[in-house]
Amino acid sequence: MINYFKEIAVGFYSLLAGMAVTIRYFVKPIVTVQYPRQKITMTPRFRGYPQFIIDAETGTHRCIACEMCSRICPSQLITVEGTKFPGEKQKRATRYLHEHYYCSLCGLCTEVCPTTALEYSKEYRLAGFQRQDFVFDHLVLLQKRQKAQGLSLTPIPTAADIAAAEVAEAAAKEAKAKATEAAAQEAKAKAAEKAKAEKAPAEEVKE
Amino acid sequence: MELLAHFLGSEGARMIVGLVGVIALVSVNALFLIWMERKVAAHMQLRPGPMEVGPHGAIQTVADALKLMGKELITPDEVDKPIFWLAPIVIFLPVLLSLLVVPFSQTWIIRDMNVGIVLILAFSTLAVLAILMAGWASNNKYAVLGAIRSVAQNIAYEIPLLITVMSIILMVGSFKLSDIVAAQGTCWYILLQPMAFIIYITCATAETNRAPFDLPEAESELVAGFHTEYSGMRFALFFLAEYTNMFIVSAIATVLFLGGWHGPILPGVIWFLLKVYALIFLMMWFRWTFPRVRFDQLITFAWKILIPLAFANLLITALVLKLR
Repeated sequence: MINYFKEIAVGFYSLLAGMAVTIRYFVKPIVTVQYPRQKITMTPRFRGYPQFIIDAETGTHRCIACEMCSRICPSQLITVEGTKFPGEKQKRATRYLHEHYYCSLCGLCTEVCPTTALEYSKEYRLAGFQRQDFVFDHLVLLQKRQKAQGLSLTPIPTAADIAAAEVAEAAAKEAKAKATEAAAQEAKAKAAEKAKAEKAPAEEVKE
Repeated sequence: MELLAHFLGSEGARMIVGLVGVIALVSVNALFLIWMERKVAAHMQLRPGPMEVGPHGAIQTVADALKLMGKELITPDEVDKPIFWLAPIVIFLPVLLSLLVVPFSQTWIIRDMNVGIVLILAFSTLAVLAILMAGWASNNKYAVLGAIRSVAQNIAYEIPLLITVMSIILMVGSFKLSDIVAAQGTCWYILLQPMAFIIYITCATAETNRAPFDLPEAESELVAGFHTEYSGMRFALFFLAEYTNMFIVSAIATVLFLGGWHGPILPGVIWFLLKVYALIFLMMWFRWTFPRVRFDQLITFAWKILIPLAFANLLITALVLKLR
């Protein structure tokens, strides 16, 4: 008889304990995110597609178009083109295509980059209607992010710009080559003169 | 409503206005309760629930209802057609009638019968008949199993339910719902009869076929139980009846234990509805806490625990009343 009442009391208590659990959950904040309208912040180690780092000092990317990334990429999905613009020391990327639909997110491109120009993006909502949606032009993406951050946009060189830069570069090269040639000739002439001068006293000694 | 009755000046007009009001209440209540159920369920699982249609998904159920109305009424070939057609009506009418005697406030009673509580209890039992009709006529094994379970469940919970109600009626000495509420002006009966309240809520959960006593429509076992073969508005009628039933059992609990329309400041109707929806929330809370009981567990629980306790409660009540 005592057991009977004990069972009822214990059972009733267990029911109340269960209800306490559910009501605690009822008042907890919601964890679900309304998908297209809300975004979650990704953890720092999240690997999205690679993208250009925006340099804190210059406010633009650091890519020198060395093509290391495109060479190390196991899927060979990176296309980099770069040109040296007049007045600049290094080449600069004029086009950077990343065909993300082949990407396995191995991260070799970000690791190999000599100027650490690449990082993983935090974008996780990738959905598109066609394959072409996933050919990322990094310069375009960079402009978008610069716009979002209120920075001045890095211009994307047009074909004409590149051609002009190439012509200018070629002219500069020619001029430089001419200059070096002239310098070399001058040096040669000088050397010859010197040799002559050295030769003359020797002859005098002979006499 | 009183004003209208005064203008029209006849009992018939009062009945018509009352019925229209009741039908409006039934539909609005069902729409609201389905939304509330989904919200409560969602929040207990850390989800937001319906959010897209209207602010916080408020008119989601309206959209659902419109969809249900647009659906085809399928009558399978092998069903017992007259009974199959009748079952949704039979389940819907009693819940409509039960609302006629519910005292929403001192004046908001459509028909203050002197056998109010008996009428509600009698009509609520008709629901089981409708479930049996639906299950049997569907000619579907799941439906029949659901119907059989419903009948067996009915035997289990109706007895303690009636006994607990009896103990309240002993205290008041009247079957009239308004009398029962009026008697609780100073002290709600939940304080005097806590045991009866717990037993009543348990039985009410079983009566409305809700978890943990949702054996007749156990989704995970019986597809949809007794209404497996129903579609469109016929299915909607079962749904409507179920949610209205929740309202009715909670309204009776409010009348019997929570002092009906009594409460400070706010008007009686608001107090009444507040209490009713709080009780409905309690039942939803049960649903998302307790797993479904097995068939034999329900019978054991009802016969070995609820009925003896209810009897003991009744005896003690009678003794106290006699000795006082």
